[in-house]
Amino acid sequence: MTQALSSPLALCSLLLSAWAVIGFAGLLRPASVAFAGRTLFPLGALCGAALAFVAATSLTAPTEQIVLPIGLPDLPVHLRLDSLSSAFLFLLGAAATGISIFAAGYFRRGEGTPPGLMCLQYHLFLASMGFVLLANDAYGFMLAWETMALSSYFLVTTQHRIPEIRSAGFLYLLIAHVGAIAILLSFGVMQGGTWQFTFDAMRRAQLDPVWAAIAFLLALFGFGAKAGLVPMHVWLPEAHPAAPSPVSALMSGVMLKTALYGMLRVTFDLLGEPAWWWGLILLALGLFTALYGVIFAAAQTDMKRLLAYSSIENMGVIFSGMGLAIVFAGTGMRTAASLALIAVLYHALNHAFMKSLLFLGTGAVLHATGERNLGRLGGLIHRMPWVAWLTLVGALAIAGLPPLNGFVSEWLLLQSFLFASEVPRPFVNMLLPLGAALLVLAAALAGYVMVKFFGVIFLGQPREATLKEAHDAGIVERTGLAWLAVGCVLLGLFPAQVIALLSHVIEPLGFSELAFDDRSWWLLAPLPQRQTSYSPLAFLAVILVVVLLTIVAVRFFYHQRIRRSAPWDCGFGRLNSRMQDTAEGFGQPIRHLFTPFFAMVRELPSPFDAAPRYRVVVSDRIWRGLYLPLGALVRRVANAVAWLQQGRIATYLLYSFITLVSLLALML
Amino acid sequence: MSAFDALAQILGIFAALLAAPLFLGWVNQCRAWLQNKSAPPLTQPYRGIRKLFYKDAVIASNASPLFRLAPYIVFGTMVTAAAIIPSVATRLPFTRAADAIALVGLFATARVFVSLAAMDVGTAFGTLGARREMMIGFLAEPALLMVIFVASLISATTALPQISELLATQSLALYPSLAFTAVAFTMVLLAENARIPVDNPATHLELTMIHEALLLEYSARHLALMEWAAALKLFNYVCIGFALFIPWGLATSQAPFVLTLSLLLLGAKLVLAGAGIALIETVSAKLRVFRAPEFLATAFLFAVLGLLVRLLLGA
Repeated sequence: MTQALSSPLALCSLLLSAWAVIGFAGLLRPASVAFAGRTLFPLGALCGAALAFVAATSLTAPTEQIVLPIGLPDLPVHLRLDSLSSAFLFLLGAAATGISIFAAGYFRRGEGTPPGLMCLQYHLFLASMGFVLLANDAYGFMLAWETMALSSYFLVTTQHRIPEIRSAGFLYLLIAHVGAIAILLSFGVMQGGTWQFTFDAMRRAQLDPVWAAIAFLLALFGFGAKAGLVPMHVWLPEAHPAAPSPVSALMSGVMLKTALYGMLRVTFDLLGEPAWWWGLILLALGLFTALYGVIFAAAQTDMKRLLAYSSIENMGVIFSGMGLAIVFAGTGMRTAASLALIAVLYHALNHAFMKSLLFLGTGAVLHATGERNLGRLGGLIHRMPWVAWLTLVGALAIAGLPPLNGFVSEWLLLQSFLFASEVPRPFVNMLLPLGAALLVLAAALAGYVMVKFFGVIFLGQPREATLKEAHDAGIVERTGLAWLAVGCVLLGLFPAQVIALLSHVIEPLGFSELAFDDRSWWLLAPLPQRQTSYSPLAFLAVILVVVLLTIVAVRFFYHQRIRRSAPWDCGFGRLNSRMQDTAEGFGQPIRHLFTPFFAMVRELPSPFDAAPRYRVVVSDRIWRGLYLPLGALVRRVANAVAWLQQGRIATYLLYSFITLVSLLALML
Repeated sequence: MSAFDALAQILGIFAALLAAPLFLGWVNQCRAWLQNKSAPPLTQPYRGIRKLFYKDAVIASNASPLFRLAPYIVFGTMVTAAAIIPSVATRLPFTRAADAIALVGLFATARVFVSLAAMDVGTAFGTLGARREMMIGFLAEPALLMVIFVASLISATTALPQISELLATQSLALYPSLAFTAVAFTMVLLAENARIPVDNPATHLELTMIHEALLLEYSARHLALMEWAAALKLFNYVCIGFALFIPWGLATSQAPFVLTLSLLLLGAKLVLAGAGIALIETVSAKLRVFRAPEFLATAFLFAVLGLLVRLLLGA
């Protein structure tokens, strides 16, 4: 018994089951906010921390698998814990800890789903994500995958009395299921005629290149729909803002990563050797998604929609890195492929921390002010300093600024792009370096988006009088935010150690470990032959020393007199908060520069209007160009089929008769 | 790392701190001569900074701590950048802490803090400046990265000291690809340092200004630090240009004679570069804000041309 309990796989499954049990415990007192908030969510956070710890230790442990005798007859559930699963379990556990701590203080009595039920959905969501990562057969995987989709659907529609939220939830459910069908079909192709749906059988199956490519493309469609790759991204900016903030954080920070996990599992593990041109598709799709996401993020006026689009961008960056890894792996450049894959995993981990942090920050703002619209916020750094400064860490990290974590993965990805000119394929080696420019454009635009996000919410003057009564987040919520912020800082400051751990993940997938100089633990130098290095610790130390020395020197040599006065108003003397730049104004250069991306409707007043109105509505071209026609088509087909429903019993009897006769004719 | 290395490093930082305002003064002087104006003395930037340090700081009543902290952070990042860039010697201990990509990230950090600080008080000019600054930034960064890419394709590393060592030791080999990227880099330099044709450092005309709009709420020591940081930024950019395109004469050892020679050469290069910048600023006209993207797109295309020349012709 103790033997079984010491195995990481058993521990992980137990912890995941504990999450489910905590969820069901919520039903004991479904209406009690205190029970869910003070007891169950902190317990869930503890489970998360334990899971993160176990997963971190099992990164170096050998692969384990067990078969659980549950499920349908002859279809037991296979579980397997290898280093890839461990890495993503760590991500799940570590991010969920911070989010659960925050959630403990977040949920209040009020409209929508009762807290006990919410607790059930929340923890089932967590547990199902864990089992997605552990599943070792298609049946178990799909079961967990669908549980994840359903539980998150109910979480998204917490405020189900609002029609927009209901329709957002429906869109989410629809696209989740279209994607799930594609994944199921992909598994169907990968079993390769053996009709064994365990992953082990799929690893053994030898597919010919055409079928392998079909399986890859189906998986790309399925997992891409979950990850929000353009053009399957439309659900993301609807569903993520609709959910309560801790749920948005989980969906953006963790759930999107399960799509990455699935893609990695299928491409590098189940299919074995990927063909290099698959990578090109992924790379093009990823880069376009990154650019598309960040451009739309810059034009948003709702803070949670802005973050949702930013998630699309980050998933694009992650998938483009993966595409690069496939190109390298397919052309035999193992070192470059390892570097790109490390960058992908690193960025996934980073994004889990920083995006969760930002979503929780918006949650705190939402609670304090009741506003999601950037046009009605402002100046909150004075009223909510804790939330503001912790959110600033996340914003700087996601903008890819050294010495925080977002920069490390960006750096690694750019370093691997430098290998692109050595790809032994003509033209491809010239086009790929331009991908790096697109990536940098997306990263630099992310900086723009984050300045807008942070500046409009927290800086400047309050745009509404009610904001002056805003209160800072409670101590529990602050702890949750701080957990994630510390994660961002640590991931940024100790890249060499993180990469050493992540190397264990890519080794079983057939990639080489990156060479490291063990003596310089403070230095990130993954490629000794390139003499390239980056040391965030030295960065931070020098900047801090210079800042402190400057402050001291200024005080010592000069004086520290300060006068407070009104801001400079050019002598007009009527400066008010409405004269600040709005969120729309901040998005204007982007709308101007990237006009072709947007479907814009402008309403301009004429000089003679008695009540002049200026309005601009920005919407997604893909929604109008692809989804609305598709929806109309489905409706037309459904209407045509509905003709069968005549509502007369004689007609239905006739149908039965025809069916019987045709079946008989077929059989005889 | 020997004590001498550390000393050389610290001396290098102080040299950059002192040289940066002087270089700015030289550019201003050249520009005044070219425009038939009577030139301010070379030390005018020093005097300006000194005057500002002695003044009382006036801060808007609703300014947050971020506003007061930002000048120090921006100044700190620029000093750190000066420590990384091989302006006199290539074998300094701190240069390993960052490569060219990290350097770009460092400049981005400074830019974000300047912009956030400008948004803090909540005046129309501050936010307007912030969004323009960020716009120029995200357009300039890809072009700058392509420039670095070409240089690192030639030398197979992104570490600036190694790039310049490699380029300097080759017998005056002129790379056509680097010629294209040098043009691109010059354009990025002008845009990033608020020079004509993208911004005009000599005006406070609200419809056109970017850099000045960002600093409008600052006064006294905070303004002094911001101005000093801006001078350092220009100096840093010019030194990056030297390291990439005319690295000859950079000291590869720590011998005092070599260092002195390298220092003198740096001075000569700076004199020429300052005159060059002043000349470009005099002969070109300020662009409208929304023409700036075209300017930077041209810079990007030049860099891509350099890349293609490198990949296609291997030159």
